[in-house]
Amino acid sequence: MSDRNRRTSAEPAWPAAIHDVLKSRGVRQVAYVPDAGLRQLIELCHADRSLVTVPLTSEEQGIGLAAGAWLGGQRAVLLMQSSGVGNCVNAFTLGSNCGFPLLLVVTMRGEWGEFNPWQIPMGQAVEPVLHASGVRSFRLEHPEDAAATVDAAAGLAFDGYAMAAVLVSQKMLGAKSFAGAR
Amino acid sequence: MSAPLDRRAVVAALLERRETLLVVAGLGSPAWDCAAAGDHPLTFPLWGAMGSASMIGMGLALAQPERRVLVITGDGEMLMGLGSLATIGAQRPRNLALVVLDNERYGETGMQETHTARGVDLAAVAQACGFPVARRVSAPVEIAPMRGAVLEASGPLFFQVKVGAGASAPALPPRDGGYLKQRFREALLGSDALR
Repeated sequence: MSDRNRRTSAEPAWPAAIHDVLKSRGVRQVAYVPDAGLRQLIELCHADRSLVTVPLTSEEQGIGLAAGAWLGGQRAVLLMQSSGVGNCVNAFTLGSNCGFPLLLVVTMRGEWGEFNPWQIPMGQAVEPVLHASGVRSFRLEHPEDAAATVDAAAGLAFDGYAMAAVLVSQKMLGAKSFAGAR
Repeated sequence: MSAPLDRRAVVAALLERRETLLVVAGLGSPAWDCAAAGDHPLTFPLWGAMGSASMIGMGLALAQPERRVLVITGDGEMLMGLGSLATIGAQRPRNLALVVLDNERYGETGMQETHTARGVDLAAVAQACGFPVARRVSAPVEIAPMRGAVLEASGPLFFQVKVGAGASAPALPPRDGGYLKQRFREALLGSDALR
């Protein structure tokens, strides 16, 4: 892990660990729709001039982008919040039908300690929807497992020509709260 | 007002002597039009994933900055992925061109009107999203300059080509997605395609 990726001690180390794995796995295009849980990882990717970062207006755009990247000989990753999984469903046919690799990093809402009821339906549907769409999922519950989990998913995607998602649990991220505003 | 352009003639003109051009064809009639112009390993035709064509083109354009990438799609497919115009406009890939064959109809589902038949101006949307070139093409004399721009101009480029709504003879590309993907990669990447 390079020193320039190290942040203040108050910041968790797992985003830099994931960034390092993306680099070691040869990822060149990083597409994302922002989530608070992805803030550091997105910043690390933007600061890395060897990566092309692609902000999206909706998550399914990243499925097409990743397919096009692979056609052109590059690897992509798609970062999103769990609510974006539902936007992607029809586009997953690119992986199922054509064997395009797909690597997703999904930060979860609607599970551990969720305060916003509107996040719960999609959050609870993430795994069934992914599995019904042919996407394998790996849960990431502990920060120290971040590198190994993303590496395993990347292996499945890029070596196994499969669709694989890392689901970063809300327990690990810390549930969002607006309690102070009440 | 001249007669509407013939979609097959427009696509044939765009793909004639295509050389190193990389092509993504949106599902339905645009994919058939590309097949009618001659099936080619460096054309990736879609049979589904509606709304994805322009983003597949952008991923390809970012991966192959030295090549020109042309997405040929329809008005219905572009309307489904309209947000992609904002994403492409923000990213500004210089080697990407989108050509939308606009017949104002959903051709595969019964020729129902699309939103372009009700005044939605796709070229204006692309222009507002920051495409440095975003034009409507409706006359035969405009086709050759469009082809020239697709091959050389600094993009992203957007052309909304007004075509007639008449049916064309079926011309189907292969539909095995794994084959379409792998033949494209082999033609573009050679032995690296199997990595």
